[in-house]
Amino acid sequence: MKSLEELKAIREKMKQQMDIRDQSGDNIRVVVGMATCGIAAGAKPVLTAFLDEIQRRGLRNVTVAQTGCIGVCRLEPIVEVYIPGEEKVTYVKMKPDMVPVVVNEHLVNRRVVTEYTIGAAE
Amino acid sequence: MKELALYFLDIVKNSTAAGARHVNLSLSECEDGTLTAVISDDGKGMSPDLLAAVSDPFTTTRTTRKVGMGIPLYRMAAEQTGGSLSLESTLGAGTTITAVFHRGHLDCPPLGDLPGAAALMVQGSPQVDFTLVHTTVKGSYTFQTEQIRDLLGPEVPLDTPEVFLWIREFLAEQEANI
Repeated sequence: MKSLEELKAIREKMKQQMDIRDQSGDNIRVVVGMATCGIAAGAKPVLTAFLDEIQRRGLRNVTVAQTGCIGVCRLEPIVEVYIPGEEKVTYVKMKPDMVPVVVNEHLVNRRVVTEYTIGAAE
Repeated sequence: MKELALYFLDIVKNSTAAGARHVNLSLSECEDGTLTAVISDDGKGMSPDLLAAVSDPFTTTRTTRKVGMGIPLYRMAAEQTGGSLSLESTLGAGTTITAVFHRGHLDCPPLGDLPGAAALMVQGSPQVDFTLVHTTVKGSYTFQTEQIRDLLGPEVPLDTPEVFLWIREFLAEQEANI
């Protein structure tokens, strides 16, 4: 049974880690297109996979956000990765099994997964 | 879309995009096999002209292009099952969109992953207060983000992955009881 006590535990854990996040200064943003086109193309399991994987790896410096239509509906699900000081990277036609690769390679090891990017698709 | 839950996820985005502070999603399943989904918000509402036009896919408020498929697809999904869709809106006060689905109809998608979809509604707009009520012939439950916001405090926004996972599992347990 999920209890409200668990929420208090999450709060305590976050408090302790908050300082690390503030100091690291390299907040990564992962933005998933969740408009009608994205949802219809399968963005929900992709977004869920990002949240699952980031929680599993305990990545405190990554924020996951949802946005509307990114503008290239035929390439949905689309995910954009923003790392401070680097060019934005746009991943297209994402599937849940591609998500751990992007998290591990790009968000952790800082190597863009070129074959998943819009440049490789077009 | 393959699940009703995905339609709800999509339509709720209209509410949050309209600046709603409170969004309610109420699902009622009756013995006659109907599912009535009411999504209501206190967003900026629509003028009578816009309200009359929103079921047309060539009506949209966004500026990136000239089509908006959210409400037209939602209406089609409901009407395909022999159900209906109705919209009420007051400019400056909010919008209520009510869809009736006949669950037994061949063209009715399954409800699908409601816990996952509802948890993503919260994750996508962490500052908005959501209320989810799901009633079936077996029972009912209510989930409100206001209940958990106080416990998490200002340090932990509702879009945190840990919070998303908690909400999803909590709702899955609630679903199992009804």
